[in-house]
Amino acid sequence: MVLAAAGWMTVVILVLIMIMLFVEGLPILAVTNPFSFLFTSQWYPVSDPPVFGILSLIIGSLMITATALVIAIPLGIGAAAFLAEIAPPPVREAIKPVIELLSGIPSIVLGFIGFLLLAPAIQRIFNLDSGLNGLTAGILLAFMCLPTIVSISEDALSAVPREYKEASLALGATRWQTIYRVLIPAARPGIVASVMLGMGRAIGETMTVLMVSGGRLAIPSFITDPMSAMTGRIAIEINNAVFGGLQYQALFAIGIVLFLITFAINLVADLVLEKQRRRYA
Amino acid sequence: MSIVNLTMTENRTVPVVFEENVAVKMRSQAVSLFYDKVEALKEVTLPILANRITAIIGPSGCGKSSYLRLFNRMNDLIWNAKVKGQVYLDEEALYDPKIDVVELRKRVGMVFQKPNPFPMSVFDNVAYGPRLHGAKEMGGLSEIVERCLRQAALWEEVKDKLKGSAFALSGGQQQRLCIARVLAVGPEVILLDEPCSALDPASTMRIEDLMQELKVNYTLAIVTHNMQQAGRASDYTAYLLMGELIEFGPTKSLFTYPRDKRTEDYLTGRWG
Repeated sequence: MVLAAAGWMTVVILVLIMIMLFVEGLPILAVTNPFSFLFTSQWYPVSDPPVFGILSLIIGSLMITATALVIAIPLGIGAAAFLAEIAPPPVREAIKPVIELLSGIPSIVLGFIGFLLLAPAIQRIFNLDSGLNGLTAGILLAFMCLPTIVSISEDALSAVPREYKEASLALGATRWQTIYRVLIPAARPGIVASVMLGMGRAIGETMTVLMVSGGRLAIPSFITDPMSAMTGRIAIEINNAVFGGLQYQALFAIGIVLFLITFAINLVADLVLEKQRRRYA
Repeated sequence: MSIVNLTMTENRTVPVVFEENVAVKMRSQAVSLFYDKVEALKEVTLPILANRITAIIGPSGCGKSSYLRLFNRMNDLIWNAKVKGQVYLDEEALYDPKIDVVELRKRVGMVFQKPNPFPMSVFDNVAYGPRLHGAKEMGGLSEIVERCLRQAALWEEVKDKLKGSAFALSGGQQQRLCIARVLAVGPEVILLDEPCSALDPASTMRIEDLMQELKVNYTLAIVTHNMQQAGRASDYTAYLLMGELIEFGPTKSLFTYPRDKRTEDYLTGRWG
């Protein structure tokens, strides 16, 4: 009874959050159409008349997230394959909790490290005016979604029947051939799901991105340009926005866009995971 | 090289007929296997004769599967397994640090207890080994696949579903597919680890018939807990008990006149 109530409670809260998002955000459509909101990049929320185009924010978010994934996917799957297939059990038992612990580092701490150590390094390596840019943010985000990717991919690889691995090795395949020809294809649904969840984490991350991405409001042309992400923009402006005003509504509308993106990612991940469960049930 | 003087044939009271001039393809020399400190095999010395079927029998947990896996070094996968002694393939020491394990496993194939085709098509399963070892699609891959499926007595049943999933086949067909997959690598020895324990009697018979055909070109070693199978399908039998080799001899004489009391107890069903 209590458990059922707790279960329903989370659903109710989720629905209330959704309702609030839409109630607060959708009225912005009275002053701007969805097309110009999504696909123009002029963002002047307090000029008269205000202009709300979030394209540069969407592109910023996507570029930073893509950078994070380009780094985190090979690293994460490689680490997962190492843990699942190569490391002897005592090593795996030691390393896996440490990697999972990485996800417990508060994002502000990672942002701090990025601001003090990574940004200056990036500035020097690429000879930039500022180390606060999309690349720095992407690298930090990669570390944030790594634990998710490693942990879930490792579970998927470990769930591949041992017989496949033995059959492959007994046919004279090397360990590497076995991993990429048999094990990764067999674990693909779980690996895809891990990437989706990692991506959801990256695209929704606020604090780290806000601290190191540079905050410029223009469509970035290179990953080493300073840029803004949707999350960071909301965090910066919400304090100054007049309650219920146009800017306030526009920020909520950005929230709706973010919500729809992460919702879609989670939905796909869920479907893929469900497929994997059925296959190895 | 032929078996002239196996110590086990001494002090016998019944005739044991060993063939003369049969080559020894593989042999283990005083091999012990440890899992951490536990001794799973105790100084087992045994020949695997060329173009013969050698059965390794014994009760569950006697170490017979572990023993078979010494011959293609599959025990390497078990991180806490340690091997003492030596195993030879054509008098080449397999546990020499210089040996190329991948090369060894091409020469010594293995069929497992549970049919374990890959989650791929029938064709891709058989082509897996040749592709690994450099066969190209244009360079006769489909000929190799057909030849091996024919050798495994499976071609007629699957020639129209080569592109279909291997999982759509019956258990017995899957096991013959696994044999075809091993043949495609071009091995000299085929190790079979209880290949029929998951199969029905009819499929079991087909596999046993197939083994008789294969021994013309290959050397076979089969682990089985099914004594009747060893009696029917093998030329030589070794009886292992608690990691120790109790008796080895031609299957007929071992089954009719076991020299060791423990072998007799096992064969007559008083044990195990």
